[in-house]
Amino acid sequence: MSTRHILLALLAKGPSHGYDLKRRHDDHFPQARPLAYGQVYTTLQRLVRDGLAEVAGTDADGGPERTLYRLTADGSREATDWAGQVTPPAPFVTNEIFAKVVVAILTGGDPAAHLLAQRAAHMDRMRELTALKTAPSAELGTVLAADYALNHLDADLRWMTTTQARLTTLTAVTVEVDRA
Amino acid sequence: MSNRPVPLLVARDLVKAHGSTPALRGARLELAAGEIVAVTGASGSGKSTLLHCLAGIVRPDGGAVTYAGERVDALPERRLSELRRTDFGVVFQFGQLIPELTALDNVALPLMLAGTAREAAQERAAGWLERFGAGERPGLRPGELSGGQAQRVALARALVTGPRVVFADEPTGALDSLASEQVMTALVHTARETGAAVLVVTHDAQVAAYADREVRLQDGVTAGLEVCA
Ligand SMILES: Nc1ncnc2c1ncn2[C@@H]1O[C@H](COP(=O)(O)OP(=O)(O)OP(=O)(O)O)[C@@H](O)[C@H]1O
Ligand SMILES: [Mg+2]
Repeated sequence: MSTRHILLALLAKGPSHGYDLKRRHDDHFPQARPLAYGQVYTTLQRLVRDGLAEVAGTDADGGPERTLYRLTADGSREATDWAGQVTPPAPFVTNEIFAKVVVAILTGGDPAAHLLAQRAAHMDRMRELTALKTAPSAELGTVLAADYALNHLDADLRWMTTTQARLTTLTAVTVEVDRA
Repeated sequence: MSNRPVPLLVARDLVKAHGSTPALRGARLELAAGEIVAVTGASGSGKSTLLHCLAGIVRPDGGAVTYAGERVDALPERRLSELRRTDFGVVFQFGQLIPELTALDNVALPLMLAGTAREAAQERAAGWLERFGAGERPGLRPGELSGGQAQRVALARALVTGPRVVFADEPTGALDSLASEQVMTALVHTARETGAAVLVVTHDAQVAAYADREVRLQDGVTAGLEVCA
């Protein structure tokens, strides 16, 4: 999700100036990092350069003069296209656990032992999260966050289990090939 | 750890083959009173076989199972069935409810076998069905229950007599994630309340996370972490 597309989407509601766009972004996405004004300004310049937005005049409103921007026809189309597109599932997740297991395999280390130790650490964390979410006093926000974390840790564990099994199979195959 | 309580149930170097198929090849496990342990591992790694040996349902070919000072693996059949009636509660992987009895009577039966009058047994059984979220239609027979409902009934049946050790083989296998959460919360809550030890076999890490610790089985052998010498 880029600032460019967020601004296009916000401008789709009507002409607006940079400060107003920043404020609306920060209101709509309270969990996200607030937009820096400089970033809003440079992004607006690029949208103009690419023919997706244009200057619609200035708006003084008592204070300093502000440049109003609005979408061009191309910009509207781009905003609609982006909002309607299904997000591509990330093809590959780069992850530290994954990297370490690969390194262990490449360098002749002990990936199985590493996987076992990592599993223990994951299970410890999952026990903490389970205790957190099943506490009688747990609030909905806590429960949802714990569910989210538990499901992602669980996904890691499934990959680790599959990898462990593959390592065993691959080793067995290698041994057979060596004997042949 | 040195301050762990004396184990209630101990399995040492269990070996068991089904015909020529080895199921256990030196599994070890300790369960303290009130402790909740998850046994996990791949399909066919020997989890159910281990549970059956521990609960005195199957005799191991080698090794020892000791429960509160008694050698379970060497007990005569009569003492074994008494133990299973009084001290152990078992949830089988594939249900094993009695098809001719209603859900309520399935749960009440262990109490009646122990001498409780029918009406009192049914009243307590109803409470346990309620606790596991299966109290709505106690008159249904196992054939009329969904897989998940049957599992809840089987859990209620295992706990109705107040066992000191509960053995549960994939008790949430047929449940979705929220139903699993409900059943596991009830199981853990009951165990904490009554001081029962629980051995839960599962392939689901999110279910295993309700336990105090995990024992992993791989090709009939327990891996690392679990044995305190
Ligand atoms: N009654 C039986 N007769 C023959 N072989 C059996 C029998 N029960 C189990 N086995 C074999 O023993 C091994 C261990 O089986 P077990 O049922 O203990 O595995 P499990 O870990 O519980 O698997 P799952 O996760 O699929 O329930 C497997 O190879 C299985 O095929
Ligand atoms: Mg099994």
